[in-house]
Amino acid sequence: MPEFLTSAATLVLALTGLGLARMLWGPSAADRMMSAQLLGTGGAATVLLLASANANPALVDIALTLALLAAFAAAALSLGEPGSRRPDDEED
Amino acid sequence: MPSLVDFFTIVAVSAGAFFFLAGTVGILRFPDTLSRLHALTKADNLGLGLIVLGLLPQSTLLVALKLLAVWLLVLLAGASSSQLIAQFVRRDKSNP
Repeated sequence: MPEFLTSAATLVLALTGLGLARMLWGPSAADRMMSAQLLGTGGAATVLLLASANANPALVDIALTLALLAAFAAAALSLGEPGSRRPDDEED
Repeated sequence: MPSLVDFFTIVAVSAGAFFFLAGTVGILRFPDTLSRLHALTKADNLGLGLIVLGLLPQSTLLVALKLLAVWLLVLLAGASSSQLIAQFVRRDKSNP
């Protein structure tokens, strides 16, 4: 079982790494952000599998942090863009 | 001879990894930004959900609750992030 989970973790990590190609090619910023989101989800899956394979429950916290950071990154992209202010707040 | 619980874990984790493969192929090969967003949100989150489902019987109760919390967070964050990214794409298209 630990060997199976570790090999599954390696597979998911390899797929996540392949998904990073979209960060290079992606014609728009949204494509690159989606690749970062994939890092968050795929990285969380990898770390969860390793947590079970090595019987180390502390790794679940790492997965939680990765998922949070991916959410923050998407929010920062969408809300940090100069033209994204609502019409009612004009200046900083 | 693996027990029934181990068999369930192997099946669920394999299905989850398969959905991850489908999601990665989608994000690399779909023709349009919005369809790639769709592949990312649905397939990869489903893959993570199946992996978490497979890992639940392998852990103690407390760790299983934490796994469920991680999955819920990724679901909620994924749903809101996809909406935010889609709005960003629409704004980007209307101001070239």
